[in-house]
Amino acid sequence: MLAADGTPLKASLARALRRQKLRALMLIAPLLLFVVLTFIAPIVDMLWRSIENQLVPETLPRTVEALKDWNPKSGEVPGEAVFAALAADLQIAVKAKTHTRVASRLNYEQPGIASLFRQSGRKVKRLEEGNYREQFLDMHDGWGSIAVWSTIKRFSGDYTAGYFLNAVDMENTGDGAQFKSEDQQIYLFLFGRTFLLSVTITFTCLLLGYPLAWLLATLPVRTSNLLMILVLLPFWTSLLVRTSAWIVLLQQEGVINDTLVTIGILDDNNRLQMMFNQTGTIIAMTHILLPFMILPLYSVMKTIPPSYVRAAKSLGATDWTAFWRVYFPQSVPGIGAGAILVFIVAIGYYITPELVGGTDGIFISNRIAYHISSSLNWGLGAALGVILLGVVLIFYWTYDKIVGIDNVKLG
Amino acid sequence: MADGTGNRAFVEFDRVQKSYDGETLVVKDLNLSIGKGEFLTMLGPSGSGKTTCLMMLAGFETATHGDIKLDGIAINNIPPHKRGIGMVFQNYALFPHMTVGENLAFPLEVRKMSKVETEQKVQRALDMVQMGAFSGRRPAQLSGGQQQRIALARALVFDAELVLMDEPLGALDKQLREHMQYEIKHIHENLGITVVYVTHDQSEALTMSDRIAVFNDGVIQQLAPPPDLYERPDNAFVAQFIGENNKLNGKVIAVDGGTATVELPGDIKVNAHAVNCGGAGQNTMLSIRPERVLLGPDATSNAMEGHVVELIYLGDHIRCRMEVAGNDDFIVKVANSHEHAALKVGERTPLGWVTEDCRALDAV
Ligand SMILES: Nc1ncnc2c1ncn2[C@@H]1O[C@H](COP(=O)(O)OP(=O)(O)O)[C@@H](O)[C@H]1O
Ligand SMILES: [Mg+2]
Repeated sequence: MLAADGTPLKASLARALRRQKLRALMLIAPLLLFVVLTFIAPIVDMLWRSIENQLVPETLPRTVEALKDWNPKSGEVPGEAVFAALAADLQIAVKAKTHTRVASRLNYEQPGIASLFRQSGRKVKRLEEGNYREQFLDMHDGWGSIAVWSTIKRFSGDYTAGYFLNAVDMENTGDGAQFKSEDQQIYLFLFGRTFLLSVTITFTCLLLGYPLAWLLATLPVRTSNLLMILVLLPFWTSLLVRTSAWIVLLQQEGVINDTLVTIGILDDNNRLQMMFNQTGTIIAMTHILLPFMILPLYSVMKTIPPSYVRAAKSLGATDWTAFWRVYFPQSVPGIGAGAILVFIVAIGYYITPELVGGTDGIFISNRIAYHISSSLNWGLGAALGVILLGVVLIFYWTYDKIVGIDNVKLG
Repeated sequence: MADGTGNRAFVEFDRVQKSYDGETLVVKDLNLSIGKGEFLTMLGPSGSGKTTCLMMLAGFETATHGDIKLDGIAINNIPPHKRGIGMVFQNYALFPHMTVGENLAFPLEVRKMSKVETEQKVQRALDMVQMGAFSGRRPAQLSGGQQQRIALARALVFDAELVLMDEPLGALDKQLREHMQYEIKHIHENLGITVVYVTHDQSEALTMSDRIAVFNDGVIQQLAPPPDLYERPDNAFVAQFIGENNKLNGKVIAVDGGTATVELPGDIKVNAHAVNCGGAGQNTMLSIRPERVLLGPDATSNAMEGHVVELIYLGDHIRCRMEVAGNDDFIVKVANSHEHAALKVGERTPLGWVTEDCRALDAV
């Protein structure tokens, strides 16, 4: 197709639209820049950290090179060449004070390596020329351990799957990936619990939110506006304040327990444990996430004309039949939208489980936070985060396939 | 056909009042009897309380005062689903998540009818509205007219004796609307059901109804068969609302039997049929239909002079706008015949009417 001046129509349309597009782009440029810098870049960095392993080959280049000829299956400690390389690497590393970082990195994989490196680091200056193997073996028993050397060899590449294996309670002991022994497994269980608690919270939100959303959608505008303000009030209150309020209410010396004891329903020695466990997490998070359920439900219910239920009744349906066969099916998109919102927000929640979850009510994100800020095992934290992100994306994708993401509306 | 006077009433509103807010009455003292098999239309401007009346009858609103009786039994306390009244809603209210067949089967299923019987009835109802082939479609896949038919079939499928329709044709285009008017009328005649029909479209009401109740401001202004309503309006509102009407405001000088002598502005004295005009000295509104005005040599009685302001050629007749007795919006329909073809704008011509054709009504 050609335009009046003979140029292809597509090209002249594109030219006509270019200015518009350019202006649109300039309007969103600040936001785009902000998002790239504060959101996308950190995520990419996190993805990167979960697999990168350059610390080992960079700090111990000669050792890594020399270890290529060594086979862990031989059952023997590496030969003189490897120890000579190690001596050279360590001397440089100690001067640059980088050996402790390699030490802690390798210690994640093989506990004990940290102290091996630190102790040897102090003595490495006194090494004499020649016969390094014997001198190292004298220095620390650890250098005679096949396990230590095979760990170093396994983590000598630029990239590693070690963090991810760890994140799903697996390890690579030299003959392929396998699950750790039962008593060392924690993450899979934690993922499972995060999932189950999120499902429970989604469900309680639905149970509490559905009737309220219905009320909001059917009441006269003035009353429903007032109710809506009450629904949104939690949104405008600090998360910490709300969570602390729950602690005040639910703890063992808290308002609810005190009241129950005072009116004689509970024995003073038998106070209910409603805080610092899963119950506490479920109660507090349900309260916090309730608006995410109510708003999409409300926006869908508002579009269901009251004449449907009236029609059903005029056709002979009882109140319940009219609700169940006519109203409910039409509110399903709202349920789907609310459920996916609550679930996705819940599964990555951190602050509330941290404050009220105790030990058995914490989520995977609390573990991630622990690795980022306390154990400083960023690689593992990143791997856990990537898995969590993947799970959320899978849910999101499934939801889109089944219900269609267009149905998610807020108000 | 029952007309609500002879037979016992099938539906009866007995001094019914309704208020939503406790301050104003939306329906004021409504008395209305509808005979079995009758097609009664509630006609009135928007906001006059028609839907409210229908909703009270269907059970979705409660009357603030008075009784509503169905077949002699007060139904005020019977919930809607037990009243067995079919209803066609303005937006059809077809359940969007069910197919056409499922929509029609719904009232039968809730009545626990057997599968075989349900299928038969659904098919019969669909055939009745010529939609037999559409059972598997969703409402969204149908045109407006088709949805209308399905809504009608659904209200009829469970053999309701009384069917309510609230502006069921309001969303259709003119041609389809006229077509559906005839179809609904035929179905009503074939099934012998009682229909209470709400509309604000007077031509629709005139075409379809046995009787029309003209509503205004929560009060029935007149209840009469269509010809009466047009030919013999009881009051100024009905005269103005139904069909085209010329109004002339004046003062009653004398009433003698059924004839009122009225003085119009410009010292013109005319006679009119006294209907609702009070006694001497009262203000009145004279109502005369445009096609009943006589012009030129025909204007022998009640003669005065009219001033032609505008002529609109409409083929079979000419609409002539005139200034008469201070009213410059006086319309006369002139037959397109040889004698009358000579009217010109600016001309003055004699004008009059037969006393019986001009009704002296209440002043508004
Ligand atoms: N649910 C309601 N709540 C309050 N006022 C209403 C309600 N429904 C109707 N009204 C009022 O009652 C009057 C009559 O309304 P309606 O019966 O719908 O009239 P119509 O159907 O003749 O247009 C209107 O003034 C309307 O504003
Ligand atoms: Mg209405």
